[in-house]
Amino acid sequence: MFSLLRSMWLTFLHAFHKRDTILYPEQKAILPTRWRGRIVLSRDPDGGERCVACNLCAAACPVDCIALQATEDSTGRRYPEFFRINFSRCIFCGFCEDACPTYAIQLIPDFEMGEYNRQNLVYEKEDLLINGQGKYHGYNYYKVAGLAIGGKGKGEAENESPPVDIKSLIP
Amino acid sequence: MATIYIENTPYEVPTGKNLLEAVLSLGKDLPYFCWHPAMGSIGACRQCAVKVYKDENDTKGKLFMSCMEQVRDGMRLSIADMEAKEFRAHIIGWLMTNHPHDCAVCDEGGACHLQDMTVMTGHNYRAYRFDKRTYINQYLGPFINHEMNRCIQCYRCVRYYKDYAGGKDLDVFAAHNHLYFGRHEDGVLESEFSGNLVEVCPTGVFTDKTLKQHYTRKWDLTMAPSVCHHCSLGCNITAGERYGTLRNITNRYNGEVNGYFLCDRGRFGYEHVNHVGRIRKPLVRARLPEATDKLTALQAAAAVFRTGSVIGIGSPRASLESNFMLKTLVGDDNFHLGVSDTDYDLECLALKILKEGAARTPSLREVEQADAVFILGEDLINTAPMLALAVRQSVRRQPALEHISKASIPVWQDAAVREIVQDEMGPLFIATIHDTKLDEIATHTYHDTPDAIARLGFAVAHFIHADFPEVSGLNENELQLARQIADTLLAAKKPLVVSGTHCGSERVLMATANIANALVAKEREAGIVFTLPECNSMGLAMLGGHKLDSAFEAIFNGYADTVIILENDLYRRASAGRVTNFLKSCKNVIVLDHLHNATTEEASILLAAGTFAESDGTLINNEGRAQRFFQVYPTSEDLQESWRWLGELGTILAHDRISHWHGFDDILQAMVKEKPEFKGIEAVAPGTDFRIAGQKIPRAPHRFSGRTAMLANINVNEPKPPVDPDAPLSYTMEGYRGQPPSSIIPFFWAPGWNSSQATNKYQQEVGGHLKGGDPGLRLIKPNTAHTAPYTQTVPQKFQPLEGHLYVLPLHHIFGSEELSMHSPPIVERAPEPYVLLNEEDAILTKLQEGQSLSFTIDGQIYQVPVKISTHIRSGTAGLPAGLPGIPYAELPAWATLNRELKWRQQPQTTY
Ligand code: SF4
Ligand code: SF4
Ligand code: SF4
Ligand code: SF4
Ligand code: FES
Repeated sequence: MFSLLRSMWLTFLHAFHKRDTILYPEQKAILPTRWRGRIVLSRDPDGGERCVACNLCAAACPVDCIALQATEDSTGRRYPEFFRINFSRCIFCGFCEDACPTYAIQLIPDFEMGEYNRQNLVYEKEDLLINGQGKYHGYNYYKVAGLAIGGKGKGEAENESPPVDIKSLIP
Repeated sequence: MATIYIENTPYEVPTGKNLLEAVLSLGKDLPYFCWHPAMGSIGACRQCAVKVYKDENDTKGKLFMSCMEQVRDGMRLSIADMEAKEFRAHIIGWLMTNHPHDCAVCDEGGACHLQDMTVMTGHNYRAYRFDKRTYINQYLGPFINHEMNRCIQCYRCVRYYKDYAGGKDLDVFAAHNHLYFGRHEDGVLESEFSGNLVEVCPTGVFTDKTLKQHYTRKWDLTMAPSVCHHCSLGCNITAGERYGTLRNITNRYNGEVNGYFLCDRGRFGYEHVNHVGRIRKPLVRARLPEATDKLTALQAAAAVFRTGSVIGIGSPRASLESNFMLKTLVGDDNFHLGVSDTDYDLECLALKILKEGAARTPSLREVEQADAVFILGEDLINTAPMLALAVRQSVRRQPALEHISKASIPVWQDAAVREIVQDEMGPLFIATIHDTKLDEIATHTYHDTPDAIARLGFAVAHFIHADFPEVSGLNENELQLARQIADTLLAAKKPLVVSGTHCGSERVLMATANIANALVAKEREAGIVFTLPECNSMGLAMLGGHKLDSAFEAIFNGYADTVIILENDLYRRASAGRVTNFLKSCKNVIVLDHLHNATTEEASILLAAGTFAESDGTLINNEGRAQRFFQVYPTSEDLQESWRWLGELGTILAHDRISHWHGFDDILQAMVKEKPEFKGIEAVAPGTDFRIAGQKIPRAPHRFSGRTAMLANINVNEPKPPVDPDAPLSYTMEGYRGQPPSSIIPFFWAPGWNSSQATNKYQQEVGGHLKGGDPGLRLIKPNTAHTAPYTQTVPQKFQPLEGHLYVLPLHHIFGSEELSMHSPPIVERAPEPYVLLNEEDAILTKLQEGQSLSFTIDGQIYQVPVKISTHIRSGTAGLPAGLPGIPYAELPAWATLNRELKWRQQPQTTY
């Protein structure tokens, strides 16, 4: 009997507590940056597409909702010809972000993606690509990789010495 | 057999192998780089270290390179030993000090031996803190991409390219830690086998440039076991697809046929499948394309069938099933083989010789073991490339085996073997109409007309066995050469004669048959190999049918008015005038094909046939081996296998037999019933209802990605996965995950082995046969009792004709084959049209290299630039066969030289 009354009393006290429920959508919740919401494709500090179309995110995705095709520009820089995420399948696990070696694919704290028509949940590269670096600043994969691309020749990446002269006899 | 102890557990292993081979054959994992089962060991990479103990009391042991240690009975070793493990991890760490941060953009990624081995050793962080060495890449032509930064200096590439394949233009340059693997300067890799670098190199230095155009990771490909359709050898391939287009061809190991390698035509000639000129839906001339679908086209064809009298023309590049279906549909009397009349005679003769002759046709692997080879009339590199590679191995092997037995060096000790052999080569004699690339390794070459080659062959047979006809009128050199060849073949344990249809001479085939019979009569274990024009020439010859010319006659004399042409461009089989005349004389022309060509243009009904990647079927290669190929990816219903079109047509027509065949297996059964020769063909691969643990074999790897997104742009509701009614393979990743039977291995993969090196796990012992036996069934058995001379008639000497040239066919690996010439990289390597002329004839006709020669063959006028050679016989000329830009002529043939009208330069007068 006592415990019953005690529970009622505690519940009653809640009427005077600060409210946890917010009046969404007039009022927005503040989400931590690591919150896993809408997926974006980011750009490197130089404004180039970060995604190199390595397919690792697609392979990591447990529901197989990422499909892309690699292509190259005339200088040998690889990027996705198309990049598609079917958000109606995505479970926002973030594996793709973990798998991505270039910080291109990122889950951001935006969850307002509701649609009446499921077809609209299929996002193409135009819908995914943002004009900034997203959560991770400063990284440019092509500045680290050994592949030469437009504006970066052999031996010009980080930690690289200039190309060897194979005709030289000097040890 | 020997007993070795690995971690104190005894294992039975064959002797004569090295430890690495033994360990891998036992199914254990041990990292390696420089060793390759086809090339042996050199101990360069130090990756394969294991601990070897003196005896059971030895607890310390010593590190040994397993690839350099012979298996000894009672040997004790440890793979898991901590010191050995650390050593291997360090080695890979060092190999990787300069390795670029490239996996994400590296085409090797996901099928990279270096990745696999790195994971296997457990090395994961780069400890080296200094700068990475870099290199400038080279342009290596349309097939191969070069990215030298990724090299780990294992030397496999040069060992393969130079030592194994005989290439000259790839080497290692510079010294110390600057080693560079490439050409002396930018340029196209000359070898016809350069594509194998892609699989031989354990890293991403050499990658497939054609794949790069539509790059897909191995794990994302839908793959199926297939058979190369670009020559008569039938190498086994794996074809991979993504998003509805064919992405690449990789080697599919077959211990009897192609082993680890493919030629470049086979590897890079696949783009006809993706060609813009593909026929993707049926067309009926009287109807709008939009208003034509499968059913209307079939009904139109059936209507034509009902009203007309129909003949069928088969094709050597279509499957046996399609040809058989056409033959059944039109009736045996109305089926024509669809090869030129010259080829018809040659193929029938070749088949007859193989069936009636005494010698057996060796497989490519057995060719490698031959110890004396005589090639008659075949430019193997261009007509049967992988056979040329096999002959090269026989030449390399013969002296090696001799020395090895003396010096007691194991065969796999590659460096030591090469050292002891130096540039000694086994006996190889080549008699061809002009110089070939194999000449450089020949003991002796002979360049003359086909008749002269045949005469030499007959003389050899006579010198082997006196009962064989003698040849009169040979000069001293020829006699001496014939005697030398005869003696060498007689002295060999496994002599081999090679010939084929490509020089267009029946007499050369007969001479070859005589030599083979003579050798068998002398109780030698002789082998005979014939190369044939196309991938299913043998199957078509075995199926049997009438000549193409009689098809023309049948229409001209009104016996028939309708023709069904199966996957065949008749303009490549007979002269243009005759074919046009024929097609115009037909009331209706029904064509089944996959690419638009001159013949399809004349079609009144065109049915869209699947290419090899869109069909199931069987091919019979030059040794009479029936091999199954499987559809790689599903197609829309408008595009299907030729046999399915014809089967449906038969069903609509209520054909008494065809309408009872429901599916692929029924066709095979019917074929065996009809032709007992084909017995066993139904079991070349497991039947449609074959299952393991109730499951099909998946064509896609288990990491296949994007299933719920690849079609989401069309409709977000995923379609039902396509079902394959003809094969025990599924189009998706669902199914049985273990190893399937050898004939239906869609791709090689094993846990921890993502690259093609996973093949090790599928073999009985590394480099040997596949588990459960190599796929394919040989249908032709020689008649060992029949050792009499095949013929007594020896041809006469060739007599040149004033004002004429005897034009002989020349073949090009890149250029002569129809389908591969729809692949841009192959086209890039193909020669421009030319005519090959002897030096003296060039002087006589006052022509210099590059000037054009005008001549007429069978009414067809040619005007082609001249190339001058000292090797081709005076009075003859060579014309590239099948090359676009050179109209068809049935070769060999006499050409009449046309006198060219030359406008005399008039002096200009100005008033
Ligand atoms: S969040 Fe998970 S489910 Fe969604 S795309 Fe990434 S990996 Fe796939
Ligand atoms: S993992 Fe990153 S770089 Fe690779 S394809 Fe996905 S988004 Fe692009
Ligand atoms: S060679 Fe292998 S390890 Fe090296 S970058 Fe390419 S995929 Fe990665
Ligand atoms: S290029 Fe490839 S095969 Fe050649 S040495 Fe380097 S890693 Fe080895
Ligand atoms: S594989 Fe043994 S040393 Fe390279």
